[in-house]
Amino acid sequence: MEHIVIIGNGIAGVTAARHIRKLSDKKITIISAEADHFFSRTALMYVYMGHMRWTDIEPYEHWFWKKNRLELKNAYVSKIETDKKTLQFKEGGTIHYDKLIIASGSTTNTFGWEGLESKGVVGMVTKQDLEQIEKYAPNNKECPRAVLVGGGLIGVELAEMLRTRNIEVTFLIREENFWNSVLPPGEAAMISRHVKSHGVDLQNNTNLDTILADEKGKVRAVTTKETGEEIPCSMVGICTGVKPNITFLEGSGIETDKGILVNRKLETNVKDIYAIGDCAQQRETIGNRKPVEAVWYTGRMMGETVAQTICGNPFEYNPGHWFNSAKFFDIEYQTYGWVFHEPKEGNTHFHWHHEDDTKCITIEYEIESRKFLGINTFGIRLKHETFNQWLNEDRTMDFVIENFKQANFDPEFYRNFESEILKEFQNTKTETV
Amino acid sequence: MSTIQRDMSLTGQPPKSINTIQKFGTVIGLFGLALILLASFNSVFPNKGLWLTIALTSLTGGIILFAYGAYAHKHEGIKNDGVYFKSLSSRGFWAWVVGLALTGFYIVLYFFPYYLGLRQEGDNTGIIALFDPLSKLLSGNPASQWFVYGTLYTIAIFAFGIKFFLKYRHNRYERLRTISVMFFQTSFAFLIPEFMARLNSDDFSLPYYDLKNIWPLNYYNFEQYRVDSFISAGDVGLILLLFGIASIFIITPILTYKYGKRWYCSWVCGCGGLAETAGDPFRHLSDKRQVAWKIERWVVHSVLVFVVVMTTAVVYSYLGDDSSKYWLTKDTFLIGVAVFLGLLFAAIWVFKRQELAKDARYGAIGYLVIVLALIGLHYSTGKNLFLFEAESLRKSYGFLIGAIFSGVIGTGFYPIFGNRVWCRMGCPMAAILGLQQRLFSKFRITTNGGQCISCGNCSTYCEMGIDVKAYAQKGENIIRASCVGCGICSAVCPRGVLKLENGPLEGRIDAKEVLLGNDVDLMKLMNQKPSPSEYIQK
Ligand SMILES: Cc1cc2nc3c(=O)[nH]c(=O)nc-3n(C[C@H](O)[C@H](O)[C@H](O)COP(=O)(O)OP(=O)(O)OC[C@H]3O[C@@H](n4cnc5c(N)ncnc54)[C@H](O)[C@@H]3O)c2cc1C
Ligand code: SF4
Ligand code: SF4
Repeated sequence: MEHIVIIGNGIAGVTAARHIRKLSDKKITIISAEADHFFSRTALMYVYMGHMRWTDIEPYEHWFWKKNRLELKNAYVSKIETDKKTLQFKEGGTIHYDKLIIASGSTTNTFGWEGLESKGVVGMVTKQDLEQIEKYAPNNKECPRAVLVGGGLIGVELAEMLRTRNIEVTFLIREENFWNSVLPPGEAAMISRHVKSHGVDLQNNTNLDTILADEKGKVRAVTTKETGEEIPCSMVGICTGVKPNITFLEGSGIETDKGILVNRKLETNVKDIYAIGDCAQQRETIGNRKPVEAVWYTGRMMGETVAQTICGNPFEYNPGHWFNSAKFFDIEYQTYGWVFHEPKEGNTHFHWHHEDDTKCITIEYEIESRKFLGINTFGIRLKHETFNQWLNEDRTMDFVIENFKQANFDPEFYRNFESEILKEFQNTKTETV
Repeated sequence: MSTIQRDMSLTGQPPKSINTIQKFGTVIGLFGLALILLASFNSVFPNKGLWLTIALTSLTGGIILFAYGAYAHKHEGIKNDGVYFKSLSSRGFWAWVVGLALTGFYIVLYFFPYYLGLRQEGDNTGIIALFDPLSKLLSGNPASQWFVYGTLYTIAIFAFGIKFFLKYRHNRYERLRTISVMFFQTSFAFLIPEFMARLNSDDFSLPYYDLKNIWPLNYYNFEQYRVDSFISAGDVGLILLLFGIASIFIITPILTYKYGKRWYCSWVCGCGGLAETAGDPFRHLSDKRQVAWKIERWVVHSVLVFVVVMTTAVVYSYLGDDSSKYWLTKDTFLIGVAVFLGLLFAAIWVFKRQELAKDARYGAIGYLVIVLALIGLHYSTGKNLFLFEAESLRKSYGFLIGAIFSGVIGTGFYPIFGNRVWCRMGCPMAAILGLQQRLFSKFRITTNGGQCISCGNCSTYCEMGIDVKAYAQKGENIIRASCVGCGICSAVCPRGVLKLENGPLEGRIDAKEVLLGNDVDLMKLMNQKPSPSEYIQK
């Protein structure tokens, strides 16, 4: 029986395994050094905040794996011998594969700061990271203040986590406003205000310089580049993004750049080895998508795709229109299609902002053709299906605004803002005419 | 005592203490409770009316103040921080203390009302006597243990309803729903029956009737003493009796068809009302395992069969006693029941076979056989009764289901089993509504394309123990018999994935993986391909 070995039990690896099982009777082994069972990485924060227990963030009950004959192995793959089709484990022992799927995910991205190795410098990507955070920031007595570096999605999650334990948070971001590099200015400013309203000391235009440790090697403060100011703290959270977790592939002959290079069929340069999820890097870019996409659903979709290929239906990875979502403290965010922080050439933005400062939308569209390109929405839930359809149908900006109601996905009885948005849109139209 | 997260290696204690306002609230509330308890030692309260007012006001005020302290200064949004760190909401020491106290209260209430001060002869004493002034004010009669219970129950729904309101104040669905349960409890369950009692005189008497309490939840509605009293109360009584029958056979099916069982379970019902308000801090304790779902289906449907058999037996037992009163004879009644159930099952079998899970089908067939067999037995043993005596059936139902299950376990164990064990495992009304919701209703929870990140918040906070995420992560609609439409899964979802909706029947149950975002051809392939090996669906 053909043996499929999967490195990584995250969403990508597990989805691949489930779908291969649906399609075939092949032997399947899933390897991970992080946790015995698949858990939802996106839900790590909720464990620290006390919303859920560890078992609650495991999407499948433990009987599931055995029942579906998915073998699990908790071990770290230290070497891949592609010529012998064998994996070596750090703990000792080897395993033979017929086909190998690498779904090894990401690790924290760092920038060689001085003092990075001090105790109390943590990332927020793995289960082990969470344990470290729990150790260094159990409460506000042990950890009166933490400094977070890097203004992205993981940073804001870590800030929210720490605030639930009344720990003071200083959040250093390079930009003018939170997530400026992705969000248009109106949105970035609104989210920045919201983050601050939760008691976070958001310091914009500020770079980390060095991390200072005490005599025991534990973090005691950081200094900033701009002012040289020393900020005392008991923990430093590194939230400057993630990068593919591929160091263990060195010398294996598998071609890598930032991530593991794959073609549209998710095949690497070595026969019978595939890469999916956060660790994969597309050789040819797909639309506006980045070559490495570290989001949940792309991992899932690559898993679905590679399962088909492995089971004899060679298939290309072909993600549809871009979408994503996040939550900044109390404000939910969804995006469909492309909205850039500055409109691309020939495009413009329509921005509507609610006076309560927790809701806004931004739509990017082509000026000439009025073609709708994408929407960011904060505090209003919108329907994926509807936007997907409108993007497929190349709808105009005017059509989208006029039919905005159809796309609403807020709970029943919620106030809606369609007429307000329409009115504002008409005003801006008359202004520009 | 440290009750933090047991399956993570936590080293410290996250803040779970309460602030000054909350402390005040606790003191005031406990003071009110203490006054009531004092009464049970027969402490002489010189002016009962005044002391009762003080006790109930501080109880209510204390709870509201506590809630104000907990939520008023916070941003609008989801408030689940530290739920699993607090002893009370994570089955810690305080959970057991409260659980045992509540259980004890229910045992005294149901089985030893004497200790609450109920006296057959002469005036009430103790706690019940303390409530006399209020009872006399409303209905003109002295209080009973049920009046005391009803008052405290209403206060709980009202005060904790305000707490719930503050907690979910950003969510209009939750706000309206809470106003609704507070209204139905205060008016229909509490005040109206008391006022109705005022109308009673020597030659006119209506039974105590909470109009929204529908058979089979109200399993005693068609007992002889009640039916007699409805009939003897002339037109008004007859209308009430007919309303009782119409409630379950006409009104309920129509509303459930349009809105799902939520119209009752989380907007109207008193049990649901208490679960949603006072029980809200315990909603995450429901068991989400698949095995719990299996047990649920067997237990709740067994209770349903039990109540049908019991009610049939009870009605049967008094029909024909007095032909001047009842035009319905024993035999026509039994045949009527058999024909009705037979037709019902036949219809389900013919139209909805595909949609029923295998075991539900076996269950339906099995139970149909049992009910019919019982009826058959009646004929074989002459014009006696069923296998059991109707009265003992009724008594054991009242004891096992009415008292032990719905009260002692259902509410007493809120802090241990979660707030809806009764609704999920024991309520025959929920079972009927659930079958209909599953088979014939416009209600569903739709999922938002590919946005689900499998975080598990929805499943964790589903009080009915539904693994919502299992559907959401596949992009499937959630159409579960047990869903009471509380809307909390949708509220806690951090990615805006879930929406409670009433929509067309077509395509409501969509078992395909229709996640958006992926290649359309791939989606087709994934949905078509029959699985050669047995893949156990979650
Ligand atoms: C805090 C946080 C929040 C996030 N929130 C969101 C969100 O809201 N929405 C969203 O779309 N995305 C979110 N993401 C991103 C998303 O979680 C990832 O894109 C996704 O988990 C990637 O899945 P994966 O299967 O590719 O890899 P992973 O989930 O990283 O799994 C890889 C596994 O492989 C193991 N592994 C790696 N190398 C080896 C080896 N050599 N031997 C053995 N095992 C190995 C790792 O230990 C790991 O367990 C978030 C990420 C983080 C960290
Ligand atoms: S599925 Fe959602 S709406 Fe239904 S009972 Fe559970 S939490 Fe409430
Ligand atoms: S539906 Fe929402 S709450 Fe439930 S798992 Fe998905 S993202 Fe989480």
